Amino acid sequence: MTEPLLKMRGVKLEGRSDEVWSPIINGIDLTLMRGEVLGLIGESGAGKSTLGLAAMGYTRDGVRINAGTVEFDGIDLLAASAATKRNLLGKRIAYVAQSAAASFNPAHRLMDQHVEGPVQHGVMSRTESESDAIELYRKLRLPDPEQIGFRYPHQVSGGQLQRAMTAMAMSCRPDLIIFDEPTTALDVTTQIEVLASIRDIVEQFNTAAIYITHDLAVVAQMADRIKVLLKGDEVETADTRTMLAAPTQEYTKSLWAVRSFQRPRKPAVIVGAVPVISVQSVDARYGTTPVLHDVSFDLHEGRTVAVVGESGSGKSTAARCIAGLLPPAAGQILLDGQVLPPDYRKRSKDQLRQVQMIYQMADTALNPRMSVGRIIARPVQFYLGLTGAVKRKRVDQLLEQIEMEPTEYYNRLPSELSGGQKQRIGIARALAAEPKFIICDEVTSALDQLVAEGILRLLAKLQDDLHLSYMFITHDLATVRAIADEVVVMKDGRVVERGPKDVMFKPPHDPYTELLLSSVPEMDPDWLTNLLAERGVDDIGGAAVDKM
Amino acid sequence: MMWFAIFLVGLAAIAWAFRFAGQAATGKAPYFRDMTFGVAYGYVIGAAVLAWLAWAYMQGRSVDPLIANKFFFLRIAIEGFIICAIAAWLFRLLGRAVGTGWSRKMFRSMPLTASFGVLTILIYAVLAIFAGVLAPYGQEQIIPGVAANIVPGGDPALGGNPDFPFGTDQIGRDILSRLIYGAQNTVGIAFATTLLAFFLGGTFGFLAATLGGWLDQLLSRAVDVLMAIPSLIFALLLMTIASVWAPRTGIPLTVFMVLIIAVIDSTRVFRLARAVGQNIVVMDYIEAAKLRGEGMGYLVFREILPNATAPLLAEFGLRFCFVFLTIAALSFLGVGIQPPLADWGTMVRDLGGFVNYAQFAPLAATAPLLAAGAIAMLTIAVNFVVDWMLQKSSGLKE
Repeated sequence: MTEPLLKMRGVKLEGRSDEVWSPIINGIDLTLMRGEVLGLIGESGAGKSTLGLAAMGYTRDGVRINAGTVEFDGIDLLAASAATKRNLLGKRIAYVAQSAAASFNPAHRLMDQHVEGPVQHGVMSRTESESDAIELYRKLRLPDPEQIGFRYPHQVSGGQLQRAMTAMAMSCRPDLIIFDEPTTALDVTTQIEVLASIRDIVEQFNTAAIYITHDLAVVAQMADRIKVLLKGDEVETADTRTMLAAPTQEYTKSLWAVRSFQRPRKPAVIVGAVPVISVQSVDARYGTTPVLHDVSFDLHEGRTVAVVGESGSGKSTAARCIAGLLPPAAGQILLDGQVLPPDYRKRSKDQLRQVQMIYQMADTALNPRMSVGRIIARPVQFYLGLTGAVKRKRVDQLLEQIEMEPTEYYNRLPSELSGGQKQRIGIARALAAEPKFIICDEVTSALDQLVAEGILRLLAKLQDDLHLSYMFITHDLATVRAIADEVVVMKDGRVVERGPKDVMFKPPHDPYTELLLSSVPEMDPDWLTNLLAERGVDDIGGAAVDKM
Repeated sequence: MMWFAIFLVGLAAIAWAFRFAGQAATGKAPYFRDMTFGVAYGYVIGAAVLAWLAWAYMQGRSVDPLIANKFFFLRIAIEGFIICAIAAWLFRLLGRAVGTGWSRKMFRSMPLTASFGVLTILIYAVLAIFAGVLAPYGQEQIIPGVAANIVPGGDPALGGNPDFPFGTDQIGRDILSRLIYGAQNTVGIAFATTLLAFFLGGTFGFLAATLGGWLDQLLSRAVDVLMAIPSLIFALLLMTIASVWAPRTGIPLTVFMVLIIAVIDSTRVFRLARAVGQNIVVMDYIEAAKLRGEGMGYLVFREILPNATAPLLAEFGLRFCFVFLTIAALSFLGVGIQPPLADWGTMVRDLGGFVNYAQFAPLAATAPLLAAGAIAMLTIAVNFVVDWMLQKSSGLKE
């Protein structure tokens, strides 16, 4: 048995908040052999990223390692001097951050940033490094590898930037790369390209990697072994195939079960019933740029329409048209058979009340200076005119509906809530108006799977109780499968396909729907390999060129 | 020049030795092991400056007046610094021991700078409010039988008078009394002016941010025009016009001054409020409130303002100091607060000539510095408190 490349033993990490040190990681062992890929999964707050950084002997400000050892290739990283670490980091250990857009310096070209590492570490000269970069770009199937390095970060797409960052991490041919959620911010179709490139290049150079993610299906494609974390503790570690086939711990099983949530089918719509919302051949423009072309769909009471498509497909724009934020250039929107004024400012208070919205980022959707009680109480008072004790009672009732204890949460500020709880408050605020129709704009995409599932279940329950209609904007087909009654697929501002869910998920598909459907990672470790074989590898490079 | 170079090289050698000694003494503790040369050099330079200060302070206490006079102001500054630090520390101790649970908790998390700021502002406030009771003489009172230009310090051997610890001015008025009344006049007017500037600038700034369009263009361009004119010269110009109007209309000139400075300063507040407001109006919660059908008043005062308090508060501290200095400057130039009302700016101007005596009679030169020091202390105190508040409010957000 050869010596492991990375050996972490009993690592404990503490984070500082409000002058108190509280544990983040409570003693974790981690062993990584050369060329091995270890998947690190868990919910947000489980300490994945902190542990990943600790593997480099590094901690963020306000975090400290207070026990354990980190040994990289026989070097004790925690005791190593700054000079020793400087020689290792970037050269033998590299890091790929979640948001490449935020990690590249926008003022320099990709190439200038790429060559900095090798030149500084004295691995290569600048010219050598530049030609090597082009080689790496080619291997990562970036379009136009000769020229792409001479662009600025904002001139390439998100998926390409993520691959350019992987190329940069590879520039010194490190022994270990830490990938911190490299595809979380990407669309499913882009995600595949990045996953495939990362997997290939890691295999090619026999690089060891720690792959951090909260998406099980992704980690199943990438990792040889999986380690599951929960609140700073290890739940279990096993080979990917063993783990997927037979998880031993309850928590792991619950993670696996998340994707199983599915609503029962609803009875068919009564013929001739007036739809709650009817979008009729709507065109919309931003300035003079057309963004929506002839978009139409109907939504009946107590039902959910899912609008699917990648970013830039016009899903959110359609929602803005219905809400009245972007008056359509042509076409009209009907609420209960009545034409809605195109501009929200011209709508009556009752019309405004009937159409509510829940936002993707609960962080920016709740006023950080208002308590939970005040946030929910405002629409209650504004629309229904309730005041005093009656208002308070209604707010408590709403908090109970979203499964949050009124006495505990009434006076809290949004900053004192978790992501899922914030999203629940957003739901309560929409409910407080007693609407007929709610627009849910990517409400679960910023959340962990378990939390997201809780939100979906809550929305489904509320729909059954209150006969609400939802327009569900998402790029996640698992969510669509879970909650939708009807599906509208959009691309480039047009409706590509629409129909009941059962029909939509059965072939034959429109080619674009097919691409979307097949891009959703599955919990099968061979899924990516099979998919790539099916599509033909060149196709992925080709798709990237198309997107330019 | 050469000696200075040799001195720097010597320091560098000491820095190297210091780091080496640290490594040897602690057995290569990570702190010394990873210490860069720059940090070591910084320590040594810091130590050298401290040593020089200690030496200079001892010189200032020398019995030979020729040597002591040279370092007189440095000595006063060092002593003042230590006294202020001790006072702030004691004040914080007191705050932690007495008061309600809330105030104690506040004092517990308070840095020394903030406690100094709070203490100073409290003292100024008390002086300003109770000026009539606290001041031994009236601000306009020329005390009969007392010489003009009594040197501060109260030591008869050096030309002072124990009855007038801060001395008297050029026509024999008590400087201490005038300083206390000055707090009332200058600080009170500055506070009112800053409030008015914030009311104007904040309201228009948020309106411009929320409504945008032609209103934003109109207000912003108007502000650009106002800002294009150098503010002190503009204020001087307007004050000159006002000084003609004031007697005709019967409105005191001070009211005009408050209005003029408030309008000029509100342009800066407008820009800040507009920029901060623009960042807030794009938030989803503002969109949610708009979609709810909320009116402009609710949007500005309930949704935007609470989220803009931190930067506005910081600006308030800074703006207060600028307004204060503008008033002092206008008074210094003779168009601000009019004599015989006591005002720190005017006092600096009137006694300014004494600064020339600094070399051989430092006590005499202190006379104009008292009023200048009063301005400086308040400016620093306000900024310390604002810094602390900002730190607290940004910490809350995390």
